[in-house]
Parts: sequence; structure tokens; C-alpha cells
Amino acid sequence: MEETTNIIIFGILSLLMVAAAVAAVISSKIMRAATYLLFVLFGTAGIYFSLFYTFLGAAQITVYAGGIVVLFVFAILLIGKGSVDITHTSKLRYLAGLATSAAGLSLTIYLIRSTSFVTGKFSSAGVSMEKLGNTIMGTDKYNFVLTFEVLSILLLACMVGAILIARKK
Amino acid sequence: MYNFEIITSAIDHFLHSVMPAQLAVITECVLIAVCTLVAYVAFAIVMIFMERKVCAAFQCRLGPTRVGFWGLLQVFADVFKMLIKEIISINNSDSLLYRLAPYLVVLSSILTFSCLPFDKGLQVLDFNVGVFFLMAASSFGVLGILLAGWSSNNKFSMIGAMRSGAQMISYELSIGLCMLTMVVLSGTMQISEIVEQQVDGWFIFKGHLPAVVAFIIYLIAGNAETNRAPFDLPEAESELTAGYHTEYSGMHFGFFYVAEFMNLFIVAGIASTLFLGGWTPLYIKGFDSFNAIMDYIPGIVWFLGKTFFLIWVLMWFRWTFPRLRVDHVPTLEWKYMVPIGLVNLLIMTICVVMNWIF
Repeated sequence: MEETTNIIIFGILSLLMVAAAVAAVISSKIMRAATYLLFVLFGTAGIYFSLFYTFLGAAQITVYAGGIVVLFVFAILLIGKGSVDITHTSKLRYLAGLATSAAGLSLTIYLIRSTSFVTGKFSSAGVSMEKLGNTIMGTDKYNFVLTFEVLSILLLACMVGAILIARKK
Repeated sequence: MYNFEIITSAIDHFLHSVMPAQLAVITECVLIAVCTLVAYVAFAIVMIFMERKVCAAFQCRLGPTRVGFWGLLQVFADVFKMLIKEIISINNSDSLLYRLAPYLVVLSSILTFSCLPFDKGLQVLDFNVGVFFLMAASSFGVLGILLAGWSSNNKFSMIGAMRSGAQMISYELSIGLCMLTMVVLSGTMQISEIVEQQVDGWFIFKGHLPAVVAFIIYLIAGNAETNRAPFDLPEAESELTAGYHTEYSGMHFGFFYVAEFMNLFIVAGIASTLFLGGWTPLYIKGFDSFNAIMDYIPGIVWFLGKTFFLIWVLMWFRWTFPRLRVDHVPTLEWKYMVPIGLVNLLIMTICVVMNWIF
């Protein structure tokens, strides 16, 4: 019984994601494309929540929906090309896009076919916050303190760079 | 102590006894959705009435008095007026995004609203990452405001939306730091557990100095987050007519209006959950009979009492302070509140490590 509900929810979410992703690619208005992208990210967060990965789902919404898409919209607004239609593109671009997407599709299909997926039940309690924190900040095997620190240095470098560019002479 | 779970589990058992399990779950989902929406609208109506009366009291007026006794039916009349108004569409604008924007704002607000713990066991969403989810849900409301300003095809709306976006994104940082301070004190992110820990003392007393500092910063940043005066530059009526929702009419404007009021309720509700103990009664050590009397007051009354007290304080702010100058808004956040918040987080961590908390 529970499995059919899960499959129905997965079906709804994946249909929403596929439809929104296609709409984001074929939309000629860049602002609409950014909004469709938002729905793809919501769908991903929904799938994380249905797998009880609440931390990942919340991070998905904060970082992508509340961060990246807002940044995209800000960038589009600052450039001031939000209402410009992208109508004419050269033949070469069409062909290059087609080739890239075909390559991507075949790679994805190959990866799905060649991977043996782990099946099993997810615990509805999810992963505890304490375990997550200890894994991110831990120094043992399979812990991520080095990655965490490198990422923070990368973000700091980005911020310093942005301030340098934006600074008045 | 009352426990609301008795009622919810009774409904659950009843539904499971009369229909198959899957249908029962779907029925419960629909029931919860309907109850949440009804509560959302009911609180919005109460708050609009309260705002008018509080504003009138601070300006030595009476407020609405003509429709119904003491003006009680005024808000219902206004809601009815808004429902039957025409929704105007705008030429040369992106009509899809124009229509979508108010729903994004309301969706974000409702998602956050459903995280509030009204009573023991009376909470819709209770994840183990509760506080983080709350931040996530409130973070994409700004996108609706940006889209609304852009798709209105109006310079003043655009300026209002940009101001709102910049203000909400920066003040979210202070809110996050204050929440993090309280998470350090409680050691958990689950909202029900945070409230549970305050049964023997509210966090504002347990965490003494750093908790009080975090509480004050949270109230200021929360006020800015809701775009209300003194932080109402995004809709400064003397310069921008009404900011990002200038072009909206009818119920689309109503969504922005209701979301703004409910964001105020949510900010006050979260402040009462994190600092004032949510639904937990006030206990004084040694006063046993006093504590026993306090136990008789239901948790939902405690929660709503604290929340409406904080709403009253925020309304007091609104009708007392003049609007900030536009360059003072980021200065206040980035040069004062973020550094104070960071130092405060450090002090709280030291206090918890050294066990200097009550």
C-alpha cells in the first residue's frame, strides 16, 4: 500500500520536473526559464523529502531555490535583458546543442544501466542532525572536514574577488 | 499538562477504522491542509483588525467603529470587497510570471506557518532539521517579490522589488545567526524538542545575556524581513506609490497583503518558540501552587498569548519609529547587526561549553 503511494508521489514529482526542465530549455524568455528552473529544484527537494533526506531537501531549497535562483534573477535584472526574446539562432548552434544533449542522454542511460542500485528501506526518522554535523566536521575516515575547509576558502576567495571588482577606485 | 496528540490520534484511529489505510492518509492530508489554510486566514483577519485598533490607539483615534459592534465586521467587509474586485491584467508584461508571483509569496509564508508549534502535539511539520527547514521555506518568498516587481512592467515596482530583495536577503543572515545561537543553546534543531526543553525555564532566562541580545536582534531583523515600518522602504508610499505590488488588484493584491501580515505572525511565533518557550507555561521555582495554577492554562493559550504580545510590540515599533533612510538599512545590518550577532554566537558557544547557563 505504502509503496504505491510512494510511486504515485514520485510520478507526480518527476512529471513536474521533466515538464519544467523541458520548459526551461525551450522557453525563449530568460526570466521564464529561471522560474521554470525553480520548479525543477522544488521537485528535486520533494524527492529528497520523500526519501526522508530532510537535511538535503532543506539545503536544496535554501541554497538553490532561495539562493541560486534569486541570484540568477538579480543578475538578469541588473543586465536588464529580462524581457528580450531569444528568437534567432544559427544552424550550427542547433546542431551543437543537439549533439551535446544526445551525448548527455547516452551517457546517463549508460550509467543507469551499468550501476547496480542498492535496494532497501529508508528509515522514516532520517539521519540525525548530530551524525550529520559530526560527519561534516569529523577528521576520521569518510569524514569531510578537509572538504569543508577547502570549500570555505573557495567561498572566501569568491567574496574577496567580488568586493575587488565592485570596489570604487 | 495537556497533550493535543490525544485528539489527533483519536481522529487517526477513527479514520483508519472506517476506511482503508491509504484513503485514511489522503483524508488526513486534506484535513490538515484545510485546517492550516483556515487557521492562516483566520489569524490574518484577526491581525488586520488588531493592526487597525493598535494603530488607532497609538494615534489617539478610535479606529473602525461603524461596521458591526466596535467595528468587528469591518475586516470581513474588506475581505468581501477584495474578493469581488476585478483582477486587472497589464499590457506588455509577462502575464504568467505576473500571476505566479503572489502565489510564490503565499506558498513560502504558508510553509513557514505550518512549522509553528501551537501546542504539544499540535504541529504540522516537525522535521529533525526543523529550524533549518523554516529558514529554507521562508527564503524563496523574496523570489515572488522580485518576480512581481519585474513582471509589473513599472519602474517604481521594480525599484521596490530590488530594495525588498536586497533588504530581505541581508536581514535573513541576522535571523539565521540568532536561530543558530538558540540551536547552540538547545543542542537540537527539531522545533518540538526545542520547546520541550523549555518546560523548566524559558531560553531567554536560561541563556541570560546572549539570549537577550539574540532576542533583540531577532525582533529587529524579523521586522525588516516582513517589510514593515520602520523598514518599509520597498513600499514607501511617498516615493514608490506601493512598491512591488502597485500594479496588483483584487485577490492578487490580497495575497501580498495577507502574506505580509502572516509573516509578522510567523516572526512573532518563532520568537515566542525560540526565546519565550512556545506553549510551555511560566514557572517560578519554589512557588508550587502558582505553578499548578499555570498548568491549568492550555498550551495553545500560552503560545497565542506570547505571540500576540510580540505582535503588539512589533506594531508598537511600526507606529513609533520613522522610516529609515535607504542607505541606513544595509549599514544597520552589515556594520552593526551581523558583527554583534557573530560575537553573540561565540559568547553563547563559550557559555554552553563552560556550562554557564541555568
